Order: sequence, then structure tokens, then C-alpha cells
Amino acid sequence: MNADSNLSQVADALWKPNRGLNNFVQRAVVITFAMFALISIATTFGIVASLVFETFEFFTAVPIWRFLTDRQWTPLFTNAQYGIFVLLSGTFLTSLIAIVVAVPLGLFSAICLSEYASPNLRRWLKPALELLAGVPSVVFGYFALLLVTPFLRSMFPQIAGFNALSAGLVLGISITPLIASLSEDAIYAVPDSLRQGCYALGTTRRETITGVVLPAALSGIVASCILAISRAVGETMIVALAAGQNPTMTLNPFVPIMTMTAYIVQVSLGDTPAGSLAYKSIFAVGTSLFLLTLILNVFSFWFVRRFQEKYE
Amino acid sequence: MVSETTATMTEPVIQMENLNVYYGSTLAVRDVNINIPYNQVMAFIGPSGCGKSTVLRCLNRMNDLIPSARVEGKVTYHGRDIYSSDVDAVDLRRRVGMVFQKPNPFPKSIYENIAFGARINGYQGDMDELVEDSLRKAAIWDEVKDQLKKSGLALSGGQQQRLCIARAIALQPDVILMDEPCSALDPISTLRVEELINQLKDQYTIVIVTHNMQQASRVSDYTAFFNAEATEQGGKQGFLVECDTTKTIFNNPREKSTQEYVSGRFG
Ligand SMILES: Nc1ncnc2c1ncn2[C@@H]1O[C@H](COP(=O)(O)OP(=O)(O)OP(=O)(O)O)[C@@H](O)[C@H]1O
Ligand SMILES: [Mg+2]
Repeated sequence: MNADSNLSQVADALWKPNRGLNNFVQRAVVITFAMFALISIATTFGIVASLVFETFEFFTAVPIWRFLTDRQWTPLFTNAQYGIFVLLSGTFLTSLIAIVVAVPLGLFSAICLSEYASPNLRRWLKPALELLAGVPSVVFGYFALLLVTPFLRSMFPQIAGFNALSAGLVLGISITPLIASLSEDAIYAVPDSLRQGCYALGTTRRETITGVVLPAALSGIVASCILAISRAVGETMIVALAAGQNPTMTLNPFVPIMTMTAYIVQVSLGDTPAGSLAYKSIFAVGTSLFLLTLILNVFSFWFVRRFQEKYE
Repeated sequence: MVSETTATMTEPVIQMENLNVYYGSTLAVRDVNINIPYNQVMAFIGPSGCGKSTVLRCLNRMNDLIPSARVEGKVTYHGRDIYSSDVDAVDLRRRVGMVFQKPNPFPKSIYENIAFGARINGYQGDMDELVEDSLRKAAIWDEVKDQLKKSGLALSGGQQQRLCIARAIALQPDVILMDEPCSALDPISTLRVEELINQLKDQYTIVIVTHNMQQASRVSDYTAFFNAEATEQGGKQGFLVECDTTKTIFNNPREKSTQEYVSGRFG
């Protein structure tokens, strides 16, 4: 016993970790990072608070039932109307078109990239795809306005110069890389042992993908689609440039419409005096937008929690 | 135990003739000649890296999925060359099933884990019956019969492995390949899987890779011993040392290296 502790003392003399500053640095790091975290949390609270405050002001002037039931959106007219569903229909229409384009395109690219492309091709295609995600949306907006719209009009002359179709299509292209990239990550994360197990049952590659790989990646794929929907709902430049500035309650993709984001841009850039009702209305619209994306995110969160598989 | 006479009399299901397997340009295993007899258990033993898994994967063409792998020589299944162009690997794999080292149930219900492969392969019979039958044969029915809707991933490791065996059985194969099926399992689960193998050999031909000498001697009728030797390029090359009845391999093998390996004096 005695000899033993002697031995350990001898050994201890050989180990002198130099950590004099360690505790201090540790504390400093924790405090610094806590401050950064606090800044982002405070910013979020600030945004929500200003939204809530101005929105509240707006609803003291315009009762909420008018907001929900008016058939028109004309805040700048003398006989102003505030039917949010007019703007909502515009947002819904462009986002719907975008999703119809982006989900199949994005999913197919993801499947091709992860399951069919050779490792070499994948090394090139994935960064290319992510590059597409980095194109500024104003470029997409002019692409819609100056290329897609004239092309559509050459085929269907009845389409207006500003329309939801062109904006929606390009919006779809702009969110495709997001779906493709995130879905590809989800598909790539499916353990190879599952594919092997499936092939060993006598299945073709297509059967393996549709039967095992895609269901296993489902939660990630759905999450990527929902994220892309919230991106489409919040996207501003493309719809403001190409879909028009004309609040209309319609699901006709050929006529000019106005989305919630486009309205906010219009009022912010115009000469509406701060404090006026029209000015406050952009906060009400902003709050609606915020709630919409919040619901989408909560749903996505719930879905992932519910359906995510845990492999060891 | 198997006597010499039955050993020579049973017809082979799978025959390997002068089998060489390459990964890229390196020859990983050379010159394997083994006959796998009908409804018997064949064990592959040998030190790590000698190519047991590689040879096993040749038997149901799982090596096709590794882009760099290339197979030379002949593997016949019921007399047909499985690497000839008119054999469909997908069809072959339904008849030559496989169980992996790590249990890999699908993220589906227990029921679906079994029914999935059968449905894809166009099984026409009663699915409920097939599922129950397969789970019974894999000795897991009693544990899961009340929770067939539960996810296969929610089972314990040993149960998962038996589920994977049931999944392979459901396709009514005649050969089942098992690559170290017990290496991720505790001793009790291992014993259950071994019992299971003993029951299954009435109906199936089984090839099992194992690192456990006792396991090989307990479950197998035949044993193939692989070894590896260093090559000039600095790599390792696997080859078959000998293949005989398990009794012979463990009691009086032809080669000295076999004797040393099975008695644990290897290295
Ligand atoms: N996918 C692969 N690509 C390249 N080389 C491989 C691949 N798989 C195996 N090898 C090589 O082939 C040789 C045999 O490997 P194999 O996995 O068949 O050995 P094993 O006998 O199963 O070993 P263990 O007992 O450790 O499982 C090894 O040298 C290994 O490096
Ligand atoms: Mg192996």
C-alpha cells in the first residue's frame, strides 16, 4: 500500500499540465459566446416586439374582422379596404406554382445526385447546384421579367406583362437548389447498410430507392420542402419585379397580382409618411407573414421529430 | 455429426471454381475452389482480411455493388454460372439470401420488414401467413406477435438480427449467407441464433462467416479455412487453405496452419 502511493507520487512529479490561464480563458470564452447568443436573441425579440406594437396600433384603427373579410386591398385609397386575403391569394398562388416546379425538380436532382451519379460527377454537380442557390434574387427577378415572361407571352398571348405564372416559375427555379441540396443530404445520410439489406432481398435499384431509401429519408425531405415553402412565401424581389403590384383576389396565374412581400416593398419604398395607417398596415402584413412561416416551421419541426429514424 | 459418406454424397448447391476476386488491380483472394453441399452448414473461418466476406459476397453477387470489385473464375448455382450474362443478379439474390454482420432492419414496422421483400418479388400467397411463418422460423414470433406494427428499429440488437434472418427466410431462398451474424450480439442472443441455424439447416443451405471457433464447431458441418499471405507489393492476398468436414478441420486437418488456427496457436 505504502509503496504504491509512493509510486504514484513519483509518477505525479512527471505530469505538470500547464493550465494556469485555463480557467480564466474558459470563463472569458463562455461570457463572450453568451453575449453573442444574447445579441441574436435580443434582435429576434426586438423584431417581434416592434411588429406586435405596430400591428396592435393598426388593429386599433382597423378592426380585425375587416382585415379578414374585406374583399379588396386598397390602403392608399380614400375609401381604404384591408382584405389580407387579397395579398394572401397572391402569395399562395406564386408559392404554389413555385412548389409545383421545385419539389419534383429538386427531388429528382437529389435522387440523381446521391443514387445515380458517379462520385466524380457528384463532386462537380453538388457545388454547381449550390452556386445556383447563391444567385441574387434580383437576378432571378429580371430573368423572369425579361426572359420568361416574353417567352410565355409568345406562346399564350393573353398573358399580362406582369403575371404570377412567370414569377412563380422562376421562384420555383430559385428554390430548387435548396430542396435538392437538403434532400440530397437527407438521402445521403441513409446508412448504406439499409441499401445493402434491400439489395440482398432481390430488389432493383429503383425498388431500393422508392422502397427503402426515400422512406428512410422522408423526414429530411419533407423538412427541406417546408423550408423551401417558407422561402417562397418570404421571397420578395422576384415577385415584386415580375408578378406586378396589383392587389387582386384571384387564382388566375395570367394576370398581375400582389404578394404580401411585394406590398411591404411598395409601401416602404413609396412616400407613405411614417405613422400613417398605410405605414402601419405593412406591420400587420408582416405579422401575418411571420405567423405563416412560423406555422410552417413548427409543422416541419413536429414532422421531423415524429418521423425521424434513429440508427445507431 | 456428419459422416464421411454423406459428405461425399450430397450434391453441391454452389460450386466455386478457380475463383479470383480483385479490388481495382489488387488480387484480394485467389484460386478458391469450394463445393457447398445441399442443406448443410458451411463455415468460413480465417484471420481478419483473408477474404471471407469477399468470397461470401460473390455467392449472391453483392460484389456487383462495389464498383472496383471484379470476379474471375466460375461460381455455379445449381449448375448454372451466376456470372454469365443471362443470369439476373436481382433474381439470384432472392434465392440466395444474406444476413449481415450488423443487424440492419428497415425503418418500417416489423410486419413490413418481412412483407416488403416478398411483395416486391411478387409473392402471390397469403402475406399474413408468410409473415407469421417467417417470424416463427426465425424464433422471434413469440416476442413480437403482439407488436407487429412497431418499428423494427425499436427491437433489441439480438431481436433485430433474428428479424433480419426472418426477412431473408420470407423470400423462401434455398441458400442463406451469413456474415458474422453474431458479432454484434450478446452470448444469449448468440446462442439463440445458433440454435436457429441448427433448425434452419433442414430446409436451407447455410454459409456462415465466423471468427468464433466454438461457433464454427457447434453449428457447421463443413468448414473452409482461409488464410492470407503478404504479397510483394506490400498488400495481403487471401487464399483457401482447405475445406473439409468440420470434424476433420478441427481434429486432424491436412495443413499445419489450419491446426494452429483452430487451436488458437495462430499468429
Ligand atoms: N470494398 C473494398 N474495396 C477495396 N478493398 C476491399 C474492399 N472490401 C475488402 N477489401 C480488401 O479485401 C481483403 C479481404 O477483405 P474481406 O472483408 O473479405 O476480409 P474478411 O476475411 O471478411 O475480414 P474480417 O474477418 O475482418 O471481416 C482485405 O484486404 C480488404 O482490404
Ligand atoms: Mg468480413
